This record gives sequence, C-alpha cells and structure tokens, in this order.
Amino acid sequence: MSKESESGVGSLQRSGFVVRKERFYGRLIAACAVLTILVTVGIILALSGRALSFWSQISPIAFFTGTSWSPVIAESYGVLPLVSGTLIVTVFSALIALPVGLAAAIYLSEYASDKARSILKPALEILAGVPTVIYGYMALVYVTPMIDSFLPISVQIIPPGVSVLPEFTLVMPSLGTFNALSASIVVGIMIIPMVSSISEDALSAVPDSLRQGGYGLGSTKFDVSTRIVVPSATSGIVASYVLAISRAIGETMAVTMAMGMSPQMPYFPNVLRNLAESSQTITAAMVQIAGADSYGGGPTYEALFALGLTLFAITLTMNILAELVRRRFREEY
Amino acid sequence: MSESDSSPKIQTTIETGDEESRHAPLNARDTVIETRDLDVYYGEEQALDGVSMEINEHDVTALIGPSGCGKSTFLRCINRMNDMIEVCRVEGDVEFGGKNVYDDDVDPVALRRKIGIVFQKPNPFPKSIRDNVAYGLKIQGYEGDIDERVEESLKRAALWDEVKDQLDSSGLDLSGGQQQRLCIARAIAPDPEVILMDEPTSALDPVAASKIEDLIDDLAEEYTVIIVTHNMQQAARISDRTAVFLTGGRLVEYDDTTKIFEDPEEQRVEDYITGKFG
Repeated sequence: MSKESESGVGSLQRSGFVVRKERFYGRLIAACAVLTILVTVGIILALSGRALSFWSQISPIAFFTGTSWSPVIAESYGVLPLVSGTLIVTVFSALIALPVGLAAAIYLSEYASDKARSILKPALEILAGVPTVIYGYMALVYVTPMIDSFLPISVQIIPPGVSVLPEFTLVMPSLGTFNALSASIVVGIMIIPMVSSISEDALSAVPDSLRQGGYGLGSTKFDVSTRIVVPSATSGIVASYVLAISRAIGETMAVTMAMGMSPQMPYFPNVLRNLAESSQTITAAMVQIAGADSYGGGPTYEALFALGLTLFAITLTMNILAELVRRRFREEY
Repeated sequence: MSESDSSPKIQTTIETGDEESRHAPLNARDTVIETRDLDVYYGEEQALDGVSMEINEHDVTALIGPSGCGKSTFLRCINRMNDMIEVCRVEGDVEFGGKNVYDDDVDPVALRRKIGIVFQKPNPFPKSIRDNVAYGLKIQGYEGDIDERVEESLKRAALWDEVKDQLDSSGLDLSGGQQQRLCIARAIAPDPEVILMDEPTSALDPVAASKIEDLIDDLAEEYTVIIVTHNMQQAARISDRTAVFLTGGRLVEYDDTTKIFEDPEEQRVEDYITGKFG
C-alpha cells in the first residue's frame, strides 16, 4: 500500500474515465436547466402565435377595450369584464390575506413559544396543501349560505329624503349562489399561508441584535415587532405580498366553482353589489372555452390563447415587480 | 437652544475643544444602583454568585474580568435585559434609586427608559440616522421638538459634524465607529439616568475606540455610566471605579480605579491585571 502511494507520480493526474464522467454529469445538469428554459420559451411562443392569429381576426383594440364578453352567443370578445372579475377577486382576497397573513407571521416569529411555533407552522403549510377545488366547494356549500344568513344589510350614506341618485345607499344585497364575495374569501384564505410563510422567514431573518436594541430603549414587544422587525423585513414581506397576489390572479378552480361564469362589468356606485353577484375571471373564462366544443379553430378557440397571454403578462409583471421591490428594500444588516 | 440653532458649528467647536476631564469629583456621591446578594442562574449553571455592589451617580464604573466571569450578566441584570432569556433566574436585590427593579410592580419597559444600554456590536436600526436617534423619543411619546433633540443627542455623541448633512440616509451606511456613536446618541436621546455599555469598543478599530472613550468621559457629566470591558487599559483610562469579577461569577474586588490598578488588596486581582491569567 505504502509503495503505491510513494511511486505514484501518475496518480496526481486525472484518469480519462474521471474526466469523461465529470463531463457527462456537467452536461446532464446543464440539459435539465436548458429544458426548463426551453419549455418556458415554448409556452410563450405557442401562446403568442395563436394569440396573434386571434388578434388578426378580432382587433386588439376591441379585445382590450370591449365591455362585453360573450364569445359563443354574441361573438363579442371584450376582455374588460373578465379583467374586472379577476381584479375584484384579487383585491378582496388581498384585503383578507395580506393583513391576516402578516399578523400570523408576526405572531409566529415574535410572539409564539417554540412549542406553539412547532405546531402552528406545519399546520399553516397544510392549509397551503388543501386542493383548491375543495376551497371552491367550501365556498359554494358553506361560506355563501353562512354569509347570506346576515344579509341584506344597507348602510345609509345620504340621509333619507334627500334624493340625489337612486342607489346612493351602500346596500349589500343577498348573495347569489355564485358570487364574488365567497370566491374572494376562500381565495384569501388560500393565499394566507403563502404570505405568512414567506413573511415569517423574512421576520425571523432580522438579527436579534436589533430586537435587543429596541428593548434596550424601552420598547414593548409590540413596538419592537411593528416598528423595528417589520420595517427591517420590508423586502421579504412585500415579496410575499406580490407572490400571493400573483397566485390570486392565477387562481382558477376555486373561482370557477364559487363565482360562476357570468362575466360582468363592475357596477357603480354601489360597489358592494359587485360582490354579491356572479362574475367571471380570466381563468374561469379559459376553463369555459377549453371545456366547450369549440375545439380546433375559430376565434372562440383562439381567444383561449389571447386570454392566456394576457394573464401571463399580468403575472409576469407582478413577479418582476416583486423582484424589483426585493432588491430595492433589501437591507444588509 | 435658539443660539445653538443659529450657530451649530461654533457650539460644537466649543464642546469638542474642551479636552479636560470635566467630571471632577463632587463632594459626596449618591448611590444610584445597589445590588445585594445577587445570584443569577442560567438553568443549572450559576453565572453570578452573591454580588453586592454600590454604584455612584455620575461615576464611570468599569466591570472587568476574564470571559465568562459574569460581568455582562451583571450589567444586563440592571435593566432586566436578562428577562428575555427564558432559562435565566435572578435572586437577590438590584435597587435603582431605592427600588428593587425585580419587584413585581416594576415594568421592565419603564425601567429601560431610565437605564439605556449600548451593545458590543453596533446595532443601528435599518432606518435613517434621524429616525434611529428619534426612535426612543417616538415610542415614549415625546412631545417636544424631536429634531432639536436629535441634533442635541448627535452633538453629545460627537457625531453631529460628520452626519449633519445626511440625516436622512441609512444608519447602516456609516462606518463601524460612527454606527456605535449613533447607537450612543440613540441611547441618550430619551435622556436616561444610567447608560450601560457592554464592551462598546471591542468591535471597533483603535481610532474609533478612542473617540468612544473620549465620549464616555464627557457623558459621565450628566449620566451614570457602567461599562463592561475586556481592555484593562481602557478601564484604567476612563473609569472612576473598577469592579473585578473572576471566574465563578464572584465580585472579587471593587474600589477606586487607581487603587485597583496600583495597589489591589487581592493577589488574584493583581495577577489578573498584570496578565498572569485571563
């Protein structure tokens, strides 16, 4: 044994086999990386091709400014009702998920004992693992009837007797079977784990020396959490917000089930009415087209790709935004 | 104040130009902090063993001793920073102005507003310089002119001239020594009575460290300063009284700094100071 290691000048060189093996592994790994990029590029190309073909039949102006979406019956392809449906769900689900998710993250990171955290964190992850179709079902079967039992509610803004416009009282009418409110609530619940999990990571990464500094100046726990830890973790929190909002925009199954399939332009001045009625998101409209018998051509079928590209553009913008915000607010402690 | 507003430059030159130590001994110093039979345990391990000590108002009191001797633990008992450590248990009395700070009716938050602390590693908040100094004032609901107080505190921390044109830039953009002076400004802004310092210069280069030492000298005029240090020369230079802790969390000797460094009673203290161990 010792003789070998003494005489082995040659053992300082790599054998041809090792060189080939290393090269093979390197290429295998590179191929995997290239594959994912190729798939992404392929999706974009496929979407763009068909979408362009659609826009050569239906003008993009009509598509992006049209206020009626009725591809089969009226052959009108205005995307605005779908965008508004998506926006309503996104905004109202964000109203639920962003504050609740952040509060949960603050609790987990700053307040919970080690034991509580070790139970609650996995529990939140389970919430993230519930199939979205179940959320849709829950909205339909439980959330809507439960909320509807309190309705209608009307809040008088302008004193009675003063007649300005017919509907200037804020009225929350009874809910339809399919309605935007329940859909927003379940989507909100669905994205809470995303907000809380990523935010909690950001909060936990804030160095303890900052907390100590805060306590040393006579801060209460709430002061330290809200005035030091949260501002120090802004980049991670905003990133979690944007990712969660992206998820809400792209959410399909729950909104299709809970909100129905009747595209609506938003109704003013009583905005609450929009929540009580059925509407349709971009994603739900795509499900409807894909499920219909229009397979194999025609503008209705190709509208699927135009919608897909629109949706992709929105979520891509959100993701780029998230990255920019993350860089802008990143703090080196 | 209006005078310093109109001519801040003149004001600061006067302040920094005075190099003579200005906390000449007053007649009789009042005891501001007194501990009696203070024992501290971390779980099963005893970190402080029967420490009884009186700390005088407007003195700079140095706590020295080898690593693990309990000097930082002692410091953190005074403003109850040890409360945050779950396994930490404190027995005995720590009296601040005659009141035991470990009494049930003492709110540690209120206590820490009277006894500020500066840490070993500078820990400015990731906020602007102004907001760093104003933080303590804001949480305490200070109703006066915050900007004026910020300026005053930065001047007292000998940092004003260096940062007066960049108060809105992040405190993290400053050098290590400047960050530490920012932390001192932050600690004195709410006007505490006592300032605890836990090895405030050990993470700094010698030049930055000597600036902090000068500053401590000035601070003792208005505040009681208790400083933990590893650096015996530093203790000898800046403190009026020195407490020597040795292994086992015992206070071995506590006396005037000159006495400790020139003629200590205990052989072990002499051995430690002359570098035979530690």
